[in-house]
Amino acid sequence: MLDLEFMRLAFAAGIIVGLLAPAVGFFLVQRRLSLIGDGIGHVAFAGVALGYLLDLPLVLTALVVSVGGALSIEALRARRTAAGDQALALIFYTGIAGGVVLVSAAGALNVNLFQFLFGSILTVTRGDLAVIAALGAGALALIALLYRVLVAVVVDEEGARVAGLPVPLLNALTAALAAITIAVSMRVVGILLIAALMVLPVIAAGRIGWSMRSTLLLSMGIGLGAVLVGITTSYYANLPPGGTTVLVAAAAVLVTDPIATLRR
Amino acid sequence: MSLAVRLEHVSFSYGHGPLVLRDVDLTVDRGEFLAIAGPNGGGKTTLLRLVLGLEEPTSGRVDVRASRLSYLPQRAQAGVDSPLTVEELVAAGRAPRTRLLGPLRRADHEAVRESIERVGLTPLARRRLTTLSGGQQQRAFIAKALAADPELLVLDEPTTGVDVEAQESLASLLEQLHRELDVTVLYVSHEFGAVERFVERIVLVRGAIVFDGPPSKLPDLWHDPSHIHA
Repeated sequence: MLDLEFMRLAFAAGIIVGLLAPAVGFFLVQRRLSLIGDGIGHVAFAGVALGYLLDLPLVLTALVVSVGGALSIEALRARRTAAGDQALALIFYTGIAGGVVLVSAAGALNVNLFQFLFGSILTVTRGDLAVIAALGAGALALIALLYRVLVAVVVDEEGARVAGLPVPLLNALTAALAAITIAVSMRVVGILLIAALMVLPVIAAGRIGWSMRSTLLLSMGIGLGAVLVGITTSYYANLPPGGTTVLVAAAAVLVTDPIATLRR
Repeated sequence: MSLAVRLEHVSFSYGHGPLVLRDVDLTVDRGEFLAIAGPNGGGKTTLLRLVLGLEEPTSGRVDVRASRLSYLPQRAQAGVDSPLTVEELVAAGRAPRTRLLGPLRRADHEAVRESIERVGLTPLARRRLTTLSGGQQQRAFIAKALAADPELLVLDEPTTGVDVEAQESLASLLEQLHRELDVTVLYVSHEFGAVERFVERIVLVRGAIVFDGPPSKLPDLWHDPSHIHA
């Protein structure tokens, strides 16, 4: 399997996404914003469509539009002009509707949008991998450096604000990290499934973790395991890698669930 | 005594709604332990949020001279599935006193350890918060507030949801901390029985300040637990 160049590239990209997606998702889940990844994913679809329309690199346009969408959700939430779920719904549906209109305008409805919606990790090129590695490493380094203060905001947002932490900046940064993760992961699990890889490993880890730090590290381990098992299974069983990876992550939740029940 | 907090002619309403607070004047000196009581919906929490800068007054002026603020919000608790430990919670409280990037320094670890020790939770420091009793969780949140080495400690109904014994225990802890740390405390509760024995000043809020003085001067009906404001 690893004799094949496309499989080596797939595993390399998968390893980065498998570590990054749950690391970012951890902070979203702890803030009860598990579905924000789904919303940003739909905005990323509009970014892909814009790329078709303007004939620009699709990852770039998806990245820019996703970051804009993520920051908009955060701004609406922070200003209390809309409840968190309403802000998410607004951006979610605007993103998907905008994507459909833009793809139609670009005359690209006949292109294979499936590779963006559900991933196409086996078509990752060396150029793609370089972008995924650079953005992924940068995002993980930022999480490592800011871990303490991000946890402080997660634990008690108002308390952190009162005590003088730059909460709006940190929240915007978390939203931007989610958008970067989605743009980076588009090729691996697809826009419609990336949110699952951000959330399911965290849920599974939460059932067996004994602290915030251990839960974060376990999430990353489970995410990595899901990607490796998912790609390997899809190779031998001729299954779609994105969907298989997410099903493995879902299985991890089911496996860890009895442990959580026993601990109660 | 020097000034910690001053509110001058402060009124407040949420959006275009009716006034929640009307023409409030309040001065709190450094080192004071001020109990703020009143009925639900009377504006106690709003008063705190104005002091904390979480809300802007509709009119009037809020002047907070204390530079390091710690806030224990109402019903502070970890989510049912949160993996947060006592130590991690208290370390989160220390975050505003540290550099933004990188791990805690040795002195910060020491401050976290001391805060946990002060509230008597050292043996439970590595335990998940959700495995502790309501009273123990409140102690952990108080340790979090202390970890920032605050000049002004603001507690909003810290005894809500804990039994009478835990309420007494928390009140004793707060009395001891106030004495030892010389911190200014604003303590909000819809009842104040647990702290009445040691506070020197109580403010009753019901849309405006309707009483400001020592507990001994409180009208008798306020001590009656069956009274609407008790």
